[in-house]
Amino acid sequence: MNRTSPLFSRGAWGLLAACTLAAILLPILHLALPDSHPLHVSGYALGLVGKFMCYALAALALDLVWGYTGILSLGHGLFFALGAYAHGMYLMRAIGRDGSYGSALPDFMVFLDWKDYPWYWAFTDHFWYCMLLVVLVPGLVAFVFGWFAFRSRIKGVYFSIITQAMTYACMLLFFRNDTGFGGNNGFTDFRRILGHSISAPSTRIALYLATLALLVGALLLCRAIVRSKLGRVLQGVRDAEARLMFIGYDPLAFKLFVWTLSAVLCAIAGALYVPQVGIVNPSEMSPANSIEMVVWVAIGGRGTLVGPILGAFAVNGLKSWFTAAFPDLWLFALGLLFILVTLFMRHGILGTLPAIRRLLPFGRAPATREEAA
Amino acid sequence: MSLDTSMGMSVKQAGVDTRHGAILYLDDITVSFDGFRALNKLTLDISVGELRCIIGPNGAGKTTMMDVITGKTRPTSGSAFFGQTFDLSRMTEVEIAHAGIGRKFQRPTVFEQHTVFENLELAMKMDKRVRPTLFARLSSEQEDRIAAILRLIRLHGHEDRPAGLLSHGQKQWLEIGMLLMQEPQLILLDEPVAGMSDAETARTAELLNELRGRHSIVVVEHDMGFVAEIAQQGKVTVLHEGSVLAEGRMDEVKADDRVIEVYLGR
Repeated sequence: MNRTSPLFSRGAWGLLAACTLAAILLPILHLALPDSHPLHVSGYALGLVGKFMCYALAALALDLVWGYTGILSLGHGLFFALGAYAHGMYLMRAIGRDGSYGSALPDFMVFLDWKDYPWYWAFTDHFWYCMLLVVLVPGLVAFVFGWFAFRSRIKGVYFSIITQAMTYACMLLFFRNDTGFGGNNGFTDFRRILGHSISAPSTRIALYLATLALLVGALLLCRAIVRSKLGRVLQGVRDAEARLMFIGYDPLAFKLFVWTLSAVLCAIAGALYVPQVGIVNPSEMSPANSIEMVVWVAIGGRGTLVGPILGAFAVNGLKSWFTAAFPDLWLFALGLLFILVTLFMRHGILGTLPAIRRLLPFGRAPATREEAA
Repeated sequence: MSLDTSMGMSVKQAGVDTRHGAILYLDDITVSFDGFRALNKLTLDISVGELRCIIGPNGAGKTTMMDVITGKTRPTSGSAFFGQTFDLSRMTEVEIAHAGIGRKFQRPTVFEQHTVFENLELAMKMDKRVRPTLFARLSSEQEDRIAAILRLIRLHGHEDRPAGLLSHGQKQWLEIGMLLMQEPQLILLDEPVAGMSDAETARTAELLNELRGRHSIVVVEHDMGFVAEIAQQGKVTVLHEGSVLAEGRMDEVKADDRVIEVYLGR
């Protein structure tokens, strides 16, 4: 018997390639077709898709810990924001003397009457140093937090509440002007990135393509991990942690690994997000943001990787339309959606697909693991 | 990386020193929970290759004893040794598992979302740190070992079924199979036939008799018929209120007046 199986089935590879090509096509339609053409993609739409891809990457990261390892984080917004702030430091430095005060310091520092950058802003004028910070700072925060929490065997809802408290505490910290990250205004008014104007179409398309590449790369990485033996150990943590310990796996090491990896992926999503939306402020760390990420994963289908990506697109697409059409009703709609999915689609959009396919006369779906439970 | 170094010592392979003929020594173990003594100066030793049955009424401390041996509960006083050198009271659950003690829980505990094959694969004795696990590939030799265990626990043909779909008895066997994959020196079985049908119980007795002599085995059980079946001429220990009440062959124990009073007679 041969037990090594490919990363995806041939059909799934095809679907993935088709989606990637379609995503690459969007900027081409944006550039090549005149505004009047029916297939023209507006810059606004392109920016929206770029933003959704960042959300999708965050949802993918969350699925790794929640869907596969059973650790529900209500604080992933923190890692997203830390990634965004780390990249934001570079973008602030890149403004140079083009700020309102014409100073070498960012406006908010001039406003605070600071004469020089605080020590932790050292070297942040180097792009690649900030990219290193994007990975290292959230990674370190997650590692230290996870080490203490997992070592103390904090689990389930207690862990979730602590993650929520952690992001809330950091939000309060970042709201302070003295923290040195722009207080409640955060970072904004970016001008350029690596010497290119941040609002130029070519820069926006480059950022869009970078986001797409990292999203697809992260999906392949996560898929390889969950299909490995390590992936089966992670699911063991979720389903029967005591059994796992007594057969000789240390759950602490595996949880720390996946928790830190997830935080780093989420931070990368934040770092890609900030130049595309042009602002980051402490509200990114508000508890509601982290909870919304959980909703994307739940609606898309946790423990499926692709589901959370779909969920992030579906919920945010709906949100964009809803907040324009009925601005006051969005939170009610989101709540209703969450309740309906919890009641009638326990496995989310993707988890429900096999059941739907079996109902159709031409459908032919093998029983999935989820249904076995 | 620290992920690996933190695990370094637990992967040290089992060199259990059993020169003195015993694989497990419990000496004067007391475990108190808020003044209640779940174990009270319990002294017990298990010889290499022995199949020992431990019986006793509810609350006699059987499961607490298992917890002490596997590192889940720390003794309040007394010492627990695995072979001559492993001080169980100072080791974590994971280290104890690597040293060579496997435990089956009272309620069958398997990975229900994984297939039977994957359950056995996860349990297999190998480097269980993060990085080797990420890059692990099954060799054909390892697949053969899994296949052999599948036959032993009578689950061949079921290897691709999710474990959650197995019957209660099959789950118990799968869990025993997972213990065997770990190649432990000492196997602890907590009520292996609880909730089994008569046929399944008979098959489990057969399985344990096949394992006799190959591993040291401790069986905690309520079912007297089953104990009589597997104890044969071996020693049976009766626990009562956290300490040993009587020890001897099944027929001797059954004739002991104190045992009759606390357990069998009523």
